[in-house]
Amino acid sequence: MLYALLCYNHEETVCAWSKEEDDAVMAKLGVVHERLENAGKLGPALRLMPTTAATTLVKASEPPVVLDGPYVETKDALLGFYVIECADLEEALGVAQELAKANPGGAYEVRPVRLFLPGSLLR
Amino acid sequence: MNDLTWIEAAITAARPRAMGALLRYFRDLDTAEEAFQDACLRALRAWAEQGPPRDPASWLIMVGRNAALDSVRKASRNTVLSDEKAVSDLEDAEQALAERLDDSDYRSDVLRLMFICCHPDLPPVHQVALALRIISGLSVKQIARAFLVGERAMEQRITRAKARVAQADVRFETPTPVERAERLGAVAAMIYLVFNEGYSAADDPSGARVQLCDEAIRLGRLLLGMWNAEPEIMGLLALMLLQHARSPARTDAQGGVVLLADQDRSSWNRDMIAEGLVLIDKAMRHRRPGPYQLQAAIVAIHARAERAEDTDWRAICALYEALERHQPSPVVTLNRAVALAKSGDTAGALALTEGLTGPLSGYFYLHGVRGWLLREQGRTAEARAAFIRAISLAHTAAEAAHIRAQLDSLTSAPSTTE
Repeated sequence: MLYALLCYNHEETVCAWSKEEDDAVMAKLGVVHERLENAGKLGPALRLMPTTAATTLVKASEPPVVLDGPYVETKDALLGFYVIECADLEEALGVAQELAKANPGGAYEVRPVRLFLPGSLLR
Repeated sequence: MNDLTWIEAAITAARPRAMGALLRYFRDLDTAEEAFQDACLRALRAWAEQGPPRDPASWLIMVGRNAALDSVRKASRNTVLSDEKAVSDLEDAEQALAERLDDSDYRSDVLRLMFICCHPDLPPVHQVALALRIISGLSVKQIARAFLVGERAMEQRITRAKARVAQADVRFETPTPVERAERLGAVAAMIYLVFNEGYSAADDPSGARVQLCDEAIRLGRLLLGMWNAEPEIMGLLALMLLQHARSPARTDAQGGVVLLADQDRSSWNRDMIAEGLVLIDKAMRHRRPGPYQLQAAIVAIHARAERAEDTDWRAICALYEALERHQPSPVVTLNRAVALAKSGDTAGALALTEGLTGPLSGYFYLHGVRGWLLREQGRTAEARAAFIRAISLAHTAAEAAHIRAQLDSLTSAPSTTE
């Protein structure tokens, strides 16, 4: 069985960490990552950029609208996510629009990835 | 990361919201600060025991408010101060307060708190010192170190600045859209001042000034998180990130200045560049360019160039032209002249600087640039005079040394006019 672990925290507090504190947390996580990776249990892992870098395509409306910032509708649940490679935000929003045509309702939050660990999982 | 570090970060993060709300409640900066300090002391104990609350800001507001009211009561009736367990046992009250204090209240509170630090009567450096004390919660000692002044001098400066803003008539009602836009503009400028205090530091042995850049970026993120559809705030944050990304390459091992063209681009911070570029993409979608966005776009062109010679100077020229329309200033014109020269038109660039010798006669960079342009045009004697003038205006030994090297190259190079 594959499991996705979704990471939540108080963003402003994390942004208030000094670089040293942030590095220390990442180093501790790195130890766990390495163990999981060596055991062939780690799939792709991401650290996302802050929510201020996010743009949201709200596809519940017709036509879909693009809003700045993260998706804040707490009544909706996270049902899945994609990782796509794009040259810029326009291209990423284009992909989201394309997906929206196939699957209306809800939203796609387009959040750039800060750190991408490919992992060692092969299926 | 230990609990104390987490608690301190949570308090730092909650500070602008909590201070903003307490200021609205008490309408007095000193009372708000005391209430906040009191709440922080209780938080250090309570959060270490019970774990951090779900919403640190509303916890601090509630406890701070109760503590301040308590001490007023204590002073008037001589009753016993309730302990922090009693004041902080407020899951329900906290919840209710959090609901009442929705995002728009927080936004107005934080904006007001930041805005009072931008009082036009305060000299820019005093605005920065006050903001670092009030909004960021840096200690007087930390601020004094960043400004290379004594602690007592900084304490007095901050006290005077506080007294000045206390007399100011800041409206506590929800601002009108026009007021809001004015406040946002003033606050953005103040945050950029904080950034530049850190960024312009020539030597920073203690690292205290680089901290100001990080702090300005954090405040910029906070502001954008609250006003997330403002393209100029996106531009401001992008500008700071893209500039700060170059910090590791800006000085050599001896503390000397390394010019952009000579910097080791592999040491630029790629995370900051990536975030800055995303923010520019976001801002551009609004098609409402402004000075921060244009400046960020200029820095972004440098960031995108893998080598200095890959820089798209024509695009930079066009952006400086746009910036001149939005924010005309001789310094912007000077920068456009540099971009023009870099894209091949030295004569045009030199002509552009002729009009600047009046308004920028005391400006180090103008004479440095003119020396370079005159030398390129083979006007060695005039180039020498310009370099000598630049050296006399240099702020740091590193700046002077850089120009002296130019001057030396002039003497050794074959001259066409002498």
